[in-house]
Amino acid sequence: MKREEIKTLIMRVGGTNCDAETQRAFRELGAQAETLHLNEVVKRRNLMDYNALVFPGGFAHGDYVRSGAIWARLVMAKLGKELKAFIDEGRPILGICNGFQVLVEEGLLPGFEGVSAYPEASLAPNIRGYQCRWVYLKNENRGNCIFTGKVPEGKVLRMPIAHGEGRFVLPKEKEGALLAKLYENDMVVFRYCDKNGVAAEEKYPVNPNGAFHDIAGICNREGTVFGMMPHPERAFYWWQQPDWTRQTQMTQYGDGKLIFESIVEHLAKRC
Amino acid sequence: MSANLFLRKNTAFSLFEINTLEATDQQLQAISNELGLSLSLQEMKAIQTYFNAKGRNPTDVELQTIAQTWSEHCFHKTFKGKIRIDDKEISSLFRTYIAKATEEIKPRWCISVFEDNAGIISFDKGYGIAAKVETHNHPSAVEPFGGAATGVGGVIRDVLGVWADPIACTDVLGFGPLNYDYAKLPAGMKHPKYVYMGVTAGIGTYGNNMGIPTVNGAIYFDDSYTGNVVVYCGCIGLLLLNKYKKNAKAGHLIVVAGGKTGRDGIHGVTFASAELTEKSEEVSRPAVQIADPIQEEKLKRALMEIRDRELGSATTDLGGGGMSSAIGETAERFGCGATIELDKVPLKYAGLAPWEIYISESQERMLLTVPPENTEKVMAIFEKEDVEATAVGKLTSEKRLQLSFEGVTVADMDMQFLFAPPKSVKTATLQPVNVEEPQFPEPANLTETLLRLMAAPNIASKESVVRMYDHEVKGNTALKPLHGEYAGPNDAAVIKPLDNSWKGLAISCGMNPNYGKIDAYWMAAAAIDEAVRNNVAVGGRRIALLDNFVWGNPEKPERLGSLVRACQACYDVATALKTPFISGKDSLYNESPLGTVTPTLLITAVGIVPDVRLTVSIDAKAPGNLLYIIGKTYPELGGSEYYKLNGFLGKSVPKVRAVQARKTYYALTKAISAGTVKACHDLSEGGLAVAAAEMALASVYGAELDLRKLAEPLKRDDFTLFSESNSRFLLEVAEKDRESFEAIMKGKACTEIGKVTRTPRLVIRGFKGDVTVDASVADLRASWKRTLSSEA
Repeated sequence: MKREEIKTLIMRVGGTNCDAETQRAFRELGAQAETLHLNEVVKRRNLMDYNALVFPGGFAHGDYVRSGAIWARLVMAKLGKELKAFIDEGRPILGICNGFQVLVEEGLLPGFEGVSAYPEASLAPNIRGYQCRWVYLKNENRGNCIFTGKVPEGKVLRMPIAHGEGRFVLPKEKEGALLAKLYENDMVVFRYCDKNGVAAEEKYPVNPNGAFHDIAGICNREGTVFGMMPHPERAFYWWQQPDWTRQTQMTQYGDGKLIFESIVEHLAKRC
Repeated sequence: MSANLFLRKNTAFSLFEINTLEATDQQLQAISNELGLSLSLQEMKAIQTYFNAKGRNPTDVELQTIAQTWSEHCFHKTFKGKIRIDDKEISSLFRTYIAKATEEIKPRWCISVFEDNAGIISFDKGYGIAAKVETHNHPSAVEPFGGAATGVGGVIRDVLGVWADPIACTDVLGFGPLNYDYAKLPAGMKHPKYVYMGVTAGIGTYGNNMGIPTVNGAIYFDDSYTGNVVVYCGCIGLLLLNKYKKNAKAGHLIVVAGGKTGRDGIHGVTFASAELTEKSEEVSRPAVQIADPIQEEKLKRALMEIRDRELGSATTDLGGGGMSSAIGETAERFGCGATIELDKVPLKYAGLAPWEIYISESQERMLLTVPPENTEKVMAIFEKEDVEATAVGKLTSEKRLQLSFEGVTVADMDMQFLFAPPKSVKTATLQPVNVEEPQFPEPANLTETLLRLMAAPNIASKESVVRMYDHEVKGNTALKPLHGEYAGPNDAAVIKPLDNSWKGLAISCGMNPNYGKIDAYWMAAAAIDEAVRNNVAVGGRRIALLDNFVWGNPEKPERLGSLVRACQACYDVATALKTPFISGKDSLYNESPLGTVTPTLLITAVGIVPDVRLTVSIDAKAPGNLLYIIGKTYPELGGSEYYKLNGFLGKSVPKVRAVQARKTYYALTKAISAGTVKACHDLSEGGLAVAAAEMALASVYGAELDLRKLAEPLKRDDFTLFSESNSRFLLEVAEKDRESFEAIMKGKACTEIGKVTRTPRLVIRGFKGDVTVDASVADLRASWKRTLSSEA
């Protein structure tokens, strides 16, 4: 498929607010991207017209109950069947920040045994409350995740986070075993680290929210559903970086572009 | 209630007739008090005369509507009214000083000033920028979280009210000392720490939830803010100028959209026009609204689509005074009247009296006027976004305001009467403050002094608060409030709002309340200069200003006298700098049992950065680069942080030499455009020493300064290092650019004073050649970060 034929759907509901910059990232790479309210997708029944789906950041439905919970229930109730088909066909689904929370609430991530009827993990309230800051991420994926196809294993990326509930946790009594399973299936993608790539060991502020095992992003077993707390769309251009005025050589793009580039390239190759 | 004054009408709902026909002056005053109208006797008598001529009594709906429309908050009686001062008379502070400055500067790029919900200036590619700053002091004093959050919500709606898409928020806050002695706190007053936690959380929550980056602000601590918290909320919007539609006509429907109406926010504006008392919480808790940012986010989406498809003829927000001011002002503006069926307004719960519905300030509501043929399309858009919208009436050609409830007329007044309140006349006196310059010996070594200054609450890092605000959402923040790894304090934020343009928007502010304790004139002058120089420092130009006054009770002549002084400074400095005012607001009556608020003027500056790639940040860039001080240093320490640290106020308040300053700013802008400025920081609280420390601590380098290089040295090192003279900067220039930079700055006060060093220490040599400051950058950073750190 040619890049310009790739159709990406950025879904939104009341309270979603990172749709415009996410859409911009795909368009900058030559792919088509359209933002639609859930109500419109339900009305048009057109989810399967798209090659990729993104749940962008924001505060969907005010994040009442739990972050992402209401949006997740609405999607499963109104578009459950289509979404299942979308996943079964291996079409990529990306969740950023609030979108990651939605994917966890929908039972799509981690998805140890496929789509789960209940959330298998949680993005719990941060240890130190809401935070907006730039963090470093190490790519620990060995090649399963299609969203990091352009990111070499072990590479350190820099992106901002902005959330109050992003502390990835697994059920305490099984966390060791489940973590082993995440590694076994190559589902761990990003971990918080310092600028040299040394793991945060859950220390603040290198790990900004207290996430278990410094986990910032994971994918499903198939590598086609991916959620991350940091915002790649806010690290797309060089001038979005926090210290670009120090740089003597301005680079064309920031690290976040690699995520979008990976998706587009994957789709371009695949079809 | 006095039975003979309030007559219950024989209706199925609550409606009273108020017996003004035969009321005495005393009874008129009693009516104003009992109904919470905050109207003066003069105003009550004007109402009596109007209704007597009609041969009937007013209803409660009518009286409440008048009270809202005539309130200080809605009508700005003090700024628009007459003021007697000495033997002179000022016909209107607003016309004489604020608007006059803009009129004289005559900027062609100002699209709409002072007339709409927000000021509008031109930007690029057919787009304009809308800007508005509001205060929400009284509600925040009673309920810090809700008061601050709804302050943000309100100012965002002001920007929506000119069909603009909100793209950035600002917040400037004033609190009492966080370590205020609990034992000294008067009954009914909340502790500054509690207010601080609530207000900062409220600001963050609203902006974050709506997905609008909070990019600029300040936090200021002053004793007087203990009883009178100061909460300024600002919003910047972007709009295609050809979509700026204001062409409502008789026959257009009046639609109320967004949240439902409840009893929250009753009497917000009259509450804001009175002093705070021990009983404020008990009496005025209902005046504070409840915030629901998600509702407003949905409302915004719908409004933007209605704008893009050009389906509405006008819009305005339901803020202070609720429907009463939004409907009245809209009808007035388009030379119409209005008929409204109040029973159609969607309610949170049953049982509201018509007057409550009409003046409720429930949040997240906007008013639209819609040509009848577009109604269906407009309603479909609201439905798609899950927003409730209801047509409640229409504009009429008859210039009357007619309200009904369940078919019964509950109000019927002439627009002309409603919008011509009796002109207020107030008396002002100028009272010079009795202050003296302190005498104290110069400390032998200033290292310790500087470390303590870095930790002073007004200088210390506000990182713990700024991190609670999403300043990155929308992905357009090119210069952030916190710079780089060490979170250095940039002078202004720069936003790049258009994908197809490199043009940026610099947003900065200035506020120096401490100077106002000496002279309100120089306080206001300094605020303007600070806002402008912060903007210039990052590369901003073509700067527009917003003025926001927070003052005490203007009925007290000396309070009004200082307000007059401040307005005079606004005129003088703005015209000299050629920076027009485009919008403003005043919050008066900031008085509590602890006394009056320190007169405070916040100036917000919005400038243009022609190319964001030329933006200059604060951090030192490379060892060996030269450091220049721009602007002249005078022995001006009155009101400074240095004096404050030593327990003094002083008298030598910093002045503004505005004409000179303008020339310096133009030259500096030229140097920035030429790419010769590697880093720039304005000199403000703490003066030269603090600015140098901040430039270093934002980087991995250090700096050396030598005061002997100054052209006209002051007598003392401490005065030189900590003077807060206005219009000054510290600049970093590469050795290779020395010549071209100096050529640009020729004839301006510009002195090479040191350089950036690889060793991360700040070393300053005094006039005698001895080292007077020698501190590691790590220690400076630690002192600066400690005070308000969330870990502390």
